[in-house]
Amino acid sequence: MSELGELRFKPLNFGRWVTWGFTAIVFVAAPQFFGSGFARALLAQMGIMSIFALSYNMLLGQTGLLSFGHAVYSGLGAYFAIHALALIGKGALVFPVSLLPLVGGTAGLMFGVLFGYLTTKRAGTTFAMISLGLGEMVFAASLMFPGFFGGEAGISGNRTAGGPFLGIAGLTFGPDIQVYYLIAAWTFACMIAMYALTHTPLGRIANAVRDNPERAEFIGYSAQRVRWIMMMLSGFFAGISGGLSAINLESVGSGALHALVSGGVLLAAFIGGVLLFFGPILGSVVFVFFAFALSEYTPAWHLYLGVFFVLLVMFAPGGLSSLILLNLRVAKSGRFRRLRDPYVGVLGTGLALAAGIALLIEMTYHVTLGIGTGSSVRVFGFPFDTARSESWVFAAAVAAASAIAFEYMRRRFMREWDAIAVEIEDWRRDNPEEDK
Amino acid sequence: MNLELFLVQLLNGVSYGLLLFMLAAGLTLIFSMMGVLNFAHTSFYMVGAYLAYQLSVWIGFWPALVLAPLLVGVLGALVEQWGLRRVHKWGHVPELLFTFGLSYIVFELVQVTWGRAPVPYEVPSGLDGPVGWLQAAGITFPLYRLFMMGVAVLMLGALWLLLRRTRIGLVIQAALTHPEMVEALGHNVPRVFMLVFGAGCALAGLAGVIGGNAFVTEPGMAGAVGAIVFVVIVFGGLGSLTGAFIASLLLGLVDAFGKTSSGSLAGLLTQAGFELTPQTFGYQVLAMTVAQVAPVLPYLLLVLILILRPRGLMGTREN
Repeated sequence: MSELGELRFKPLNFGRWVTWGFTAIVFVAAPQFFGSGFARALLAQMGIMSIFALSYNMLLGQTGLLSFGHAVYSGLGAYFAIHALALIGKGALVFPVSLLPLVGGTAGLMFGVLFGYLTTKRAGTTFAMISLGLGEMVFAASLMFPGFFGGEAGISGNRTAGGPFLGIAGLTFGPDIQVYYLIAAWTFACMIAMYALTHTPLGRIANAVRDNPERAEFIGYSAQRVRWIMMMLSGFFAGISGGLSAINLESVGSGALHALVSGGVLLAAFIGGVLLFFGPILGSVVFVFFAFALSEYTPAWHLYLGVFFVLLVMFAPGGLSSLILLNLRVAKSGRFRRLRDPYVGVLGTGLALAAGIALLIEMTYHVTLGIGTGSSVRVFGFPFDTARSESWVFAAAVAAASAIAFEYMRRRFMREWDAIAVEIEDWRRDNPEEDK
Repeated sequence: MNLELFLVQLLNGVSYGLLLFMLAAGLTLIFSMMGVLNFAHTSFYMVGAYLAYQLSVWIGFWPALVLAPLLVGVLGALVEQWGLRRVHKWGHVPELLFTFGLSYIVFELVQVTWGRAPVPYEVPSGLDGPVGWLQAAGITFPLYRLFMMGVAVLMLGALWLLLRRTRIGLVIQAALTHPEMVEALGHNVPRVFMLVFGAGCALAGLAGVIGGNAFVTEPGMAGAVGAIVFVVIVFGGLGSLTGAFIASLLLGLVDAFGKTSSGSLAGLLTQAGFELTPQTFGYQVLAMTVAQVAPVLPYLLLVLILILRPRGLMGTREN
């Protein structure tokens, strides 16, 4: 019976209440610590991206469907929400603005029913390509019907159109802090809903279809239908994120359907890690940092994001969340102290290496793409003159020297890390009853 | 549509279709051998075009025609050796994601090396202008397009001979289905994988060399053709070279005829005797010409085949 313990209904799960309570406090308190308008915009983006990436992970992590066209559902959801907003503004529709994401969600659900029927006929690699094809189709079609999609410029709306929320004077969702709390509330609700879904029979059978579709069919479930239902629900939550972004930005353009959006959500989910529920949330925070914060400072952020992603795929395919979990396991076994010095070494030299390479990349971008004027480029707050060979020699020397030091430190770290991993495995084998 | 125009469009469609097949052939070969869908395949196509541009500036077009695909092939082999092989142990999805990330990086590196604007990669002077003997028959068709078709057919013939009639081809075909057995017979299967990946990339590179100056050499070229090539291999049936060939030609012809046709559903219905006015329900959609919807046609074909024959034209059942 003890093996079935996890599946049994637990009236009160203390750890879970603490986790969700802490998450709620973070949502409420975050704007107090990051007061500037830019930081609040970032927080809002992180919330929207979290819903989007979690909905994406319902497919990739939970059902094993790698989609390259998830922007279809968020983008179309955003379009339907912005049209509803425009109707509210004209007085043709009476609907609270705060519930607009539901309009987006319903649109996402409907297109999930429609497109999901086609895409989920095949799984695996074929599914990936079909989703890519459908994504391209919807994007191409969006340019064909300027009446509904508004072309490149898109459709605009006004989020204060619905008047004050619940009749409370001043609560019109005009100020960005009010929009932030609206997005935070939706994000929190969606997180709980999607987390709850993983514990339903549907969520479990989706895992079974991911791991072994044949066996799932043998116990009487149609793998295709399970995929289809997950696709609809995923489309629903993606539509909600689209509706929220329509409220947040008050405009939706054809860019919302572009393959870059689909690629972005894939990157966000995978960077955070698709094996754990909270992975995509972490990934969204990192992704938004790259796409909205780092892009303010450097034109090369796409390259950094791409390299970061490829390195993760090569060395930590479980994403950042799996790295955190592995370190927690070491800390729990009381062996983290032994990793401290190797960590300092490997992180220090790693940062130096990254800085050297980033310096080279920044100077190259400055020269070849001719951004700004003159030969001086500012990196990490210091000016570097790209016309003088000393800057290049300096950057190359930093990169080369730290590369050698990094390789030495990396080997030292891996020796210690592997030794600890073996010790933990031995300990778990010897003390099976204490492990948990 | 008169006969001359029809013939020109036919030739245009076939030449574009053959170019698509050069891309799809490499992709299919790599996929059926390693189970890896190379998302960065059209990135290698782009690199081929840019390298050919650079080499043709330095040493002329003809040496570039040989050198650029070879360089792309070496690049592909290195990617397999240093990247893909390491990811292999995590499974197919990380492999696909690796190539996906690679396409991001290649896109950026190409931009930073050659800039964001198109580069002036031009057709060599010897191949400029229309075909003489077709011109005499009243058909204006660019000589370079004919050259493209020639290169594609030659290359595909060589590929077929290599796979079917040589010892190396025998080993490759055997490694496709029975890698363990081939390994047991003393062949280095990982090296065969590397060679196949490199050769597939070289094929994409060659397509880039001859396609780059026929169309436009710009950073967006990989993405523009990428989705179409994926449609081709799903339409033809994943892993089937014959299916990919038929699908390539079909999509090439759809592209050529679709872009120039001014017919519409409304026109068809009017001819059939229906009365249509701008007030008719869905008139906006019915009145769209084929040329206007041309960008969606390949994807509509994809949807159609998924409904009628989910495994693709020549595909086998999954598993």
